[in-house]
Amino acid sequence: MSTLAALARLRAVRTGTAQRLATVRHCHLSERPMVFIPLRLAGEAAAPLAAMVGTDPGHPHLLVVPQPRDRDLRFAFAAELAEIVLPYVEGFLKETETVERRGAEPYERCADAPQLLVPGRSALAFTLLLGRSTRFRRAEGPHAVHPSVPILGRWLTFFAQRARHPGSALLLAATEALSLHWATGQSALEDANLASLIGWIDPPPGTTGADAAREAEDPLVWPPAGPATDPGFDAEVLAPAIRAYEEAPGERAAARVAEAVRTQLDPTWRLMWRAVDLLRGLPEGRGASARWETDRGSFTAFAEQLAEGGPPQPKHDGAVAAASRLARMERAQASYDAQRAYDDPLVMAAYRLTGEAFTGTVVASDPANAEGEGRGRKLRPLLTVRTGDPVRLATGTKLGTPDRRGQQAEVVEVDGELVTLKIVKGMGRGKVATPGAVPEVGDQVCYAALSDEYQPPASLPAPEETPWTHGGPPPEYVPSTEDDQEEWS
Amino acid sequence: MIGAMPSPAAEAAAVVDAVLDDLPRHRGVVVDSPPGAGKSTLVVRAAGHLAESGEPLMIVAQTNEQVDDLIVRLAEEHPGLPVGRLSASDYVVPARVMGKAAVGTKLPELGDPAVVVATADKWAWAGDRTWPWAIVDEAYQMRSDKLLRVAGMFERALFVGDPGQLDPFSVVDGDRWAGLSWDPLQSAVAVLLRHNPDLPVHRLPVSWRLPASAAPVVSEAFYPFTGFRAGTEPGERRLVFRAGGMRTAYDRALEEAASGGWALYELPSRHTLRTDAEAVQAAALLATRLVQRAPVAISERGERPVTAERIAIGAAHRDQVAAILAAGPPPGVTVDTANRLQGREYDVTIVLHPLSGRRDATAFHLESGRLCVLTSRHRHACVVVARAGIPELLDAHPSAEPVRLNVPVKFPDGWEANQAVLAHLAGHRVEAAPLR
Amino acid sequence: MERFDRLRGAVPARPHDARAIAALAANPGCARRAVMDAAGVDKDATATHLGFPAPFGQSPFAITRGNAFEALVKDSGCAELLRLLRELLGLPIPLAAYTDLGDIGGNPSAHLRHAHTLKLIDRAARDDDEAGTLYDHPLLRLEIAGHTSYLEPDVVAFRLAGRFHIVEIKSFAIVDGQAEPDKVAAAARQAAVYVLALRTMLAELGHDPARVSHEVVLVCPENFANRPAGTLLDVRRELAVLRRQLSRMARVGAIVDGLPEELTFDLAPDADGVPTRPVPELREAVRTVGARYAPECLSTCDLCFFCRDEAAAGGSTELLGRQVRDALGGVATVSEALGLADGSLTPGEGQEEIARLLRLADRIYAEAG
Ligand code: SF4
Repeated sequence: MSTLAALARLRAVRTGTAQRLATVRHCHLSERPMVFIPLRLAGEAAAPLAAMVGTDPGHPHLLVVPQPRDRDLRFAFAAELAEIVLPYVEGFLKETETVERRGAEPYERCADAPQLLVPGRSALAFTLLLGRSTRFRRAEGPHAVHPSVPILGRWLTFFAQRARHPGSALLLAATEALSLHWATGQSALEDANLASLIGWIDPPPGTTGADAAREAEDPLVWPPAGPATDPGFDAEVLAPAIRAYEEAPGERAAARVAEAVRTQLDPTWRLMWRAVDLLRGLPEGRGASARWETDRGSFTAFAEQLAEGGPPQPKHDGAVAAASRLARMERAQASYDAQRAYDDPLVMAAYRLTGEAFTGTVVASDPANAEGEGRGRKLRPLLTVRTGDPVRLATGTKLGTPDRRGQQAEVVEVDGELVTLKIVKGMGRGKVATPGAVPEVGDQVCYAALSDEYQPPASLPAPEETPWTHGGPPPEYVPSTEDDQEEWS
Repeated sequence: MIGAMPSPAAEAAAVVDAVLDDLPRHRGVVVDSPPGAGKSTLVVRAAGHLAESGEPLMIVAQTNEQVDDLIVRLAEEHPGLPVGRLSASDYVVPARVMGKAAVGTKLPELGDPAVVVATADKWAWAGDRTWPWAIVDEAYQMRSDKLLRVAGMFERALFVGDPGQLDPFSVVDGDRWAGLSWDPLQSAVAVLLRHNPDLPVHRLPVSWRLPASAAPVVSEAFYPFTGFRAGTEPGERRLVFRAGGMRTAYDRALEEAASGGWALYELPSRHTLRTDAEAVQAAALLATRLVQRAPVAISERGERPVTAERIAIGAAHRDQVAAILAAGPPPGVTVDTANRLQGREYDVTIVLHPLSGRRDATAFHLESGRLCVLTSRHRHACVVVARAGIPELLDAHPSAEPVRLNVPVKFPDGWEANQAVLAHLAGHRVEAAPLR
Repeated sequence: MERFDRLRGAVPARPHDARAIAALAANPGCARRAVMDAAGVDKDATATHLGFPAPFGQSPFAITRGNAFEALVKDSGCAELLRLLRELLGLPIPLAAYTDLGDIGGNPSAHLRHAHTLKLIDRAARDDDEAGTLYDHPLLRLEIAGHTSYLEPDVVAFRLAGRFHIVEIKSFAIVDGQAEPDKVAAAARQAAVYVLALRTMLAELGHDPARVSHEVVLVCPENFANRPAGTLLDVRRELAVLRRQLSRMARVGAIVDGLPEELTFDLAPDADGVPTRPVPELREAVRTVGARYAPECLSTCDLCFFCRDEAAAGGSTELLGRQVRDALGGVATVSEALGLADGSLTPGEGQEEIARLLRLADRIYAEAG
């Protein structure tokens, strides 16, 4: 935790409301996100109890499994969920744009993409499990399910897996998105409670965030945001309702269960839309839009794979797939970190405090400085910056700057408050610097040892050429009958 | 001879012979090499051995510096052996490597040397050629995804490395692969052995670097099941000062380290930032005082002055390193993080204890490999700078680490290793002088 | 011992089950918890009486599910379990005997049941016949701070070829080879308690304690089915931690010696068991022993809401978590840290550095925010 984030929490304690940790929004927010709040039956791995889902704050869909241990009812639930989620997702496939690429064929990318919002990390994990428990099912055979069920499973898997890709916004957990932008006066562990987090950020008039957060811990006032339900509710309300359904299955008994879970879901539904409003209040950062473009590409590619009839996502990555995913994630993480800092002075502040970045005033500038002779002559402008920040950068460190993203500079010398830099990249081919390309004396500048420059990793072997050190080629995927028969109980 | 302990040299030589014997018999051979146990010597020796067979050999190291070091060693031991070095286009050939290897960015530029050395990253770009033999150096610090990128290039390989040092890591969360035998975040050796459990694993039994005062401590704390011993006897190595001291706490700490191999320079207990000004300053001043005392190292290599180049200061974090540098240690003294000190050797080291001044320990600070690297770089003496209170911190440390199924438990446990080292240091404690 | 009895009051010491013993390592730095645990104080009841009931509850569905799964595994003489053990330990176990150690008729005391377990385990250890035997409901015990605790016998011990394995049955799922790491960790800590207790028993009987394997058999439902699957779990680390904590508990006496003679956490229950101790008095008593609150307490200790409230009232930075504490380099209170940040407070000795950093953070925050 940076000193800045720590200080923000202290200030939150003092003022009684959460403090901003960001000046812009670092995640894309769709104009029409779909909120998804799943509940699970306690004690079960992935037995859905209910879900509230929808894109209209005023009209949530409530799906209920009146007897969560009943396999058929579970798949009926999955089919019902598919009926809501699939049209929403597929709606984004209609409009595409053509993306030109240098040195490669242009391709089609969806003009927008779906976005799922869940309350927290555990809902995210549950979404992954729901996907896992449905994507291998089949529409024919002994345990046939509705054809939409495996498709839903594959989409849920896609969203949940993508959520772990740094900087992606296709599926967001509300608590995480909010914590990225606000510091509360409680601990990070307590921030995992959506109600208390929002209590700190936006306390009801007349109360402090601290009071609102405490109140939010009372499950009778604010039921847990799921997927786990309140044990007291389970014992006193849900168990009798389910028992009644068991004894006399029917509309009325089912409605009783539905009413019971509605009381648990309604408050969270409202909270989710408040979270959306709070996040909307922040202007979207530049990097967030760029990352959303990547998300759209990933969405488009997956939809194509699905349309081409590819197999469901495997249970785990093979050796090659794992290494390649890791490389993509590491790259995404580096550029996510850099972009956020360059987009937002409050994020940059954390790096300034550790001496990895600094801001200051240009006190000397030599835009015409050059190195090399003749054709090899290159412009290497020199700058000296006066800063009050505690700079801890070694000579030769590569630096970027938020104001001139294409440029790269190098530390020449740090002497007390004076930092001398040399701009080594992004000066173009001209003999003299274009006006404005080099900061002038008196300009405020910021430099940081952060880069979102991309160095492509070396290629990996094809999966069928996995070397002996890693277990040799994996067996080919054959959909096993075990997969689709696996009980879901 | 029956019943007598073989000499360290004989014992080590027997292991090296066994390794070389095993090479043609197995697809892969692993050699665990504790700190200073002659890993490079083994690599160079094996390289010569394999080159004799006339089959070309690729050597994979992890950093450019390691590649250069190996080339220098190869040129010393096998002067006639043609060596090539693959490198990136912006690589500047250091003076010590000049003329010792053909340097190029692509294989064809190297001619056809018997041995080609490059970093794992560079090898991954080297193209399709297959090699009958490879030697993978620092294989415990190599992430398995890197091995995956180069393993298709060789048929057989010798993997050499130190299992006690820092594990490879990533900035992203790799939980999804936890428990898989090919988890890309595991070390190259871990993945290799999980898929090929029958490969022979040898262990170099003697540390030539660590003195008799340090080998047992490091061995017990960090290699509890696979111990090693020192190559020298107690008293065989000595550190003496040609300039007199002034009985300051710094002098006393240095003298304690000179006589017992270790010193704990203990500052009063206090919770601090990790760039604790007093501790940082103490580390720099100890180095300054050490240079002023004109130390001389007496060992099996003879009598040599301990110059600034033979002294290092180690810390856990980069900002600590920056702070120590800012505190002005003598020019020429290496100051660096544990990560970057891996594989290096000095006469005397000064270590800022990773737990000094902390209120709570995190997994990062408790990682046994970090302390292992820091306390096993020296040939003569190690001075640890720490605030009092670390035993209390360890005592209060909650154990709630998550457990992942099918992930082999790693030993030693960081807690136990820290405890063992502290217990030993307690016998070499020197109380810090009050500042000003 | 008398001292502990006085601390606890006129109620029997709360027995430590494996779960409670495993939890000793959750916050070993907390003297309050150590003293109360050593004295066998009912922390849950204490917290409730103080007006801060613990936030832990278990859903009836979870309990039913757990029982149903265990019953399934143990059905018809542990038939399922045997199948698993065969697969997992890769051993030919043609047939195995099943002995229920809990089944000795009547309503015997823990002591008697323990003696029964002792007798049969002794016989098992002497017996070198190769057939496997399952011992269900063994009643084991451990010494905790001088008290003998009998462990709820909800495990199975399995003996084969002279070695014993502890079998721990849990109802969380293993999906594609992975389970929730926190749950596995809790299971490993509990299993370690049984391993240690069984080792202690063997040692008492004069057998080699190492015959109890450090590899525990964890039995969980696999994927989304009810079908049990087994995994081997190496609990050597947990065993080391457990030993450490037990020897710490034995040293709690030193803390207790420093406490006022008359201190007691007695709830003074009336005939119906309703506490009558005046709350302010109890609060003072609890406060006499120093706490070391961290947000992690919220999931590990019955007193968490009380201690959190105390930390909040004192403006302690502990409230914000260990990482914040860490970033503040030892500044203990919110007001002190903020005072250093805005310059209204002159840094004390040793605070210059954090003060400089906080002031800079304050300046940057004002600039950027
Ligand atoms: S809740 Fe209180 S008594 Fe329990 S461990 Fe935490 S600080 Fe100690």
